[in-house]
Amino acid sequence: MTLKVQGLTKAFGNLVAVRNVTFEVPKGQMIGIIGRSGAGKSTLLRMINRLADPTSGRILADGDVDVCKLKGARVRKWRAQCAMVFQQFNLVPRLTVMTNVLMGRISYHATVRTLLMLFTSKDRAYTIRALQRLDMVSHALHRADELSGGQQQRVAIARALVQEPKILLADEPIASLDLRNASIVMDALRRINKDDGITVICNLHLLQTAKDYCDRIIGMRKGEIVFDGLPSELNEAMARDIYGVGEHGAGEPADDEVDLAFTATQTAESAADSVPESKAKAGTGR
Amino acid sequence: MTGAPSRAGTGGVAARFEAQYAQYRRQKRIYAATFGTIFVACLIASIVTTKFSLWTLLDGVPRATEFLARMLPPLHWNSFSEDFSAWYWNAGDWFHSLLNTLLMAYLATILGTLIGGAISFFAARNLAQNFAVYWIARRILEIARTVPDIVWALLFVFAFGIGPVAGILAITVHTLGAQGKLFAEVNENISPLPIDGLRSAGGNWFHEMRFGVLPQVLPNYLSYTFWRFELNVRSATIVGFVGAGGIGHDLFTAVQLLYFADVGAILLMIVATIMAIDMLSEKIRHGVIGKASFSH
Repeated sequence: MTLKVQGLTKAFGNLVAVRNVTFEVPKGQMIGIIGRSGAGKSTLLRMINRLADPTSGRILADGDVDVCKLKGARVRKWRAQCAMVFQQFNLVPRLTVMTNVLMGRISYHATVRTLLMLFTSKDRAYTIRALQRLDMVSHALHRADELSGGQQQRVAIARALVQEPKILLADEPIASLDLRNASIVMDALRRINKDDGITVICNLHLLQTAKDYCDRIIGMRKGEIVFDGLPSELNEAMARDIYGVGEHGAGEPADDEVDLAFTATQTAESAADSVPESKAKAGTGR
Repeated sequence: MTGAPSRAGTGGVAARFEAQYAQYRRQKRIYAATFGTIFVACLIASIVTTKFSLWTLLDGVPRATEFLARMLPPLHWNSFSEDFSAWYWNAGDWFHSLLNTLLMAYLATILGTLIGGAISFFAARNLAQNFAVYWIARRILEIARTVPDIVWALLFVFAFGIGPVAGILAITVHTLGAQGKLFAEVNENISPLPIDGLRSAGGNWFHEMRFGVLPQVLPNYLSYTFWRFELNVRSATIVGFVGAGGIGHDLFTAVQLLYFADVGAILLMIVATIMAIDMLSEKIRHGVIGKASFSH
């Protein structure tokens, strides 16, 4: 599946989180979106998956279907095709790993069946195979909240896989993980991209991770795309432009910049990241 | 890192904070004084209007003890079992009534909890589809809850005639209102993350509630439900006074006929039953809450 994002904009009141973003995604690419927190990466991903509705602009899937105009059951079908992995994993803590992964199959059956947990043996086979790929089969009957962060993220990826997605979106998938688990998770995403030909779009705040794993890097700053190209094309000056700070800024702002970062929090920038969470509570895009 | 004091303007920050803090404290004191005054004024007003006085209270004590003495028939040590069975001359009927009352409470708790639980999803601000749904759900729960169950019982006795059906309905309505509100508050405190996860996998509202919300809130629901059952055993007794059957009916009849020994016997049965249920449900509730608190 190809994606054409055209003039996508999202405003929360006066606050523009994503401004006139345009790019194309050919089938099978692994794209890293980088930028400081509050640059609008998260909002962009949530709009592609339709967890958030854009203020204006279009997202064309396979050249003709405008994803932003889908409603009801067709939005849900789109979300299933366009799986998402989150920073906080977003599993149901009190359910088993097995049940959590089976949730990736809910869009394939009638609501009543799934509410009664009447999944088919095919669903369970999908689930076990996905867990096997992520080396989590031995935890299938453990509760999700008994697992470590890295393990939970692998379960979340397994859930995404059983959705049989065309595209996999990952919103800061490793930001809550230690280095070892981070590379396990990034390796898994890369493998899924290579072996299954699933397009992966991944928000990352560390430049190096994006360079190590992605075919293409999109840099965002204050809601706008400021870089779009190959990892090798991304030089120091461009990185500085994306992060808005000096060389060691590829990640956190330097000590001298703390005050600057603090003022930035007060303005449009990082409020943009916190708004989607509260909006999601209120139930946008149902 | 350079030490904080060497930074220019740090002294200024401390002084400004001190000034703000003083103002904050001043404001707190004004609030405390205002609410303190209102509290005392309300207390005085209520004492005056209800004509509450310690003297009437003390005056009543001898009469209360006399009443208690009349409820307890003479029980002699050497003929205890004869005396006791004479006191409980109607034990069979009373046990039957008590069982009736318990079943009324049980059925009403289940029905009220199921209905109130269903409504609670619409009455939670974070889960309701829109404000209209939320507003209507809240009002339904309020009406069900704020009308006392004895008033509901009077209405239902009028509609369905004397008997346990009226009592069950009355307690069900009150229970659904109370449970719905408590559950809605539990629902409002959940983590929204699992909901996002389910939505991103293509789930609809029902999936989000069933798999995203319910697992998070179920332990709290159970705990509230056991507590509600305790309350409903008491309610089921009271609604018997107005014709909803059960042990309350027997108690009321005994009171009206001035059979004080019977009143005492029945009251003792009720108190013992409620104590037993209290202890049992407390054990279960703590078990459930204990498990819940280990989940995070």
